[in-house]
Amino acid sequence: MTIAPERPPVTAAPRPTGGSLVEQFELGLDAPICLTWELTYACNLECAHCLSSSGRRDPDELTTEQAEAVIDELQRMQVFYVNIGGGEPTIRPDFWHLLQYAVDHQVGVKFSTNGVRLTPERAAFLAGPSCAGYVDVQISLDGATAEVNDYVRGPGSYDMALTALQNLQDAGFTDAKISVVCTRQNIGQLDEFQALADRFGATLRLTRLRPSGRGADVWDELHPLPHQQRELYDWLMAKGDGVLTGDSFFHLAAFGEALPGLNLCGAGRVVCLIDPVGDVYACPFAIHEEFLAGNLLAEGGFKKVWQESDLFTELRSPQTGGACAKCTFYDTCRGGCMAAKFFTGLPLDGPDPECVQGYGEQALAGDRTIPSSSQDHSKAGPTRNQPVMLKLMTRPPTSACAESPLAGFEPALSSGAHDQKGCCS
Amino acid sequence: MLDEAWTLSPAVALRLEPFGALAYHFGNRKLTFLKRPELVTVVRALGEQPDVRSALVAAGIPDAQHPAYADALAGLARTDMIRPRTSEQEAVA
Repeated sequence: MTIAPERPPVTAAPRPTGGSLVEQFELGLDAPICLTWELTYACNLECAHCLSSSGRRDPDELTTEQAEAVIDELQRMQVFYVNIGGGEPTIRPDFWHLLQYAVDHQVGVKFSTNGVRLTPERAAFLAGPSCAGYVDVQISLDGATAEVNDYVRGPGSYDMALTALQNLQDAGFTDAKISVVCTRQNIGQLDEFQALADRFGATLRLTRLRPSGRGADVWDELHPLPHQQRELYDWLMAKGDGVLTGDSFFHLAAFGEALPGLNLCGAGRVVCLIDPVGDVYACPFAIHEEFLAGNLLAEGGFKKVWQESDLFTELRSPQTGGACAKCTFYDTCRGGCMAAKFFTGLPLDGPDPECVQGYGEQALAGDRTIPSSSQDHSKAGPTRNQPVMLKLMTRPPTSACAESPLAGFEPALSSGAHDQKGCCS
Repeated sequence: MLDEAWTLSPAVALRLEPFGALAYHFGNRKLTFLKRPELVTVVRALGEQPDVRSALVAAGIPDAQHPAYADALAGLARTDMIRPRTSEQEAVA
């Protein structure tokens, strides 16, 4: 029996055999383990940190027939499931058709949604026999309270997500996922998120905020502070057993014991992203021309891009670790997240901007140029769904009735400072 | 286990990879990695051989390693990647 399939050489050197699974994954696979497919850039929301800068539909979006051909190819390549996102995938008119098509072709689907189209009827469809338990639903929620969630996701988005979760539960759909991007504003709500998940019979999924897409504009304000990273790590170690993380916190491994999962950057090695127009990028957090490997509408399709593109070949070649190689934690964190480094203007072979050993802060303080975005599908003008990122109150008001915009402002150097305190302080 | 008849679960698809294979269970949606090509050969041989030991021999696994392979197979059995073959189920390719 022949075990080894014929495959084109990925690198010039013969591939080393043996070694750990992670070492083998770093050399790449014949097909991705899981891939993300953004079906559309259109979205009803305008989340401040949207990693794909979504809003408007791209006129060159793949047609229904082209999308079916992609699913056919994924089936041939034995990609067993895809993560479908957007934009908001469910507002594509053929979304439910493509979902059924994928399931019927042995490509399981986990789709991310803000819940806008998850009516009781759709929830019943998802729980029903035609999905054959082959569909996972992931509801995005970035705050355990409306105040914290709507701050970044826009007014009404919290209620929309909870209505969707309620509809799924009422329809008998079990084990939906509540997907949370961890931010400075919501790290303190981890227990509340877990309670929400328990209430809806759902599983909690926590992922890392990346400075990708519009996330680059708000990363400085939203990314967890160093002590919050520790808080998150400790919480995951103590209570994270049933919590999904998409293996996205491997940079936290440098705190000590590695978190469960694959502690490596899978970009172009075990994961990739297909965007709405068929462009293939190294990972979902790297929608930028620097990480564009090709387009699947070209001859040879997705398979050729995955197996032969120059970019992916390079990502699968041995990495030196650069400045991180001499750090004692390099073996656990592997230098962190490529996208996080790129979009904060740090060298790819240096530390992660959120390196928990503090090397990231040093690097951020040095000379760097933040790359400009290479695509933007944000809506041109403001709409009613746009989040209004008014500062969340970080300190109590001077007093309940201090209406002066200068209330509490006491310039240290001004002479003869007036008492600016309110009337009832 | 070595003297029992086993087979790959019908709900499982194997995808060959340079390091071994991915095993995906379409029923419980568990993904498992078979980390050695030899283990892939053994798993595929299970259904063709009268028992596990014969599958190991057919795959050229030295006797001394049989217990270690039995452990690995027991791990696969826990997530229904492989399952005991019933008497009416003849060896299948």
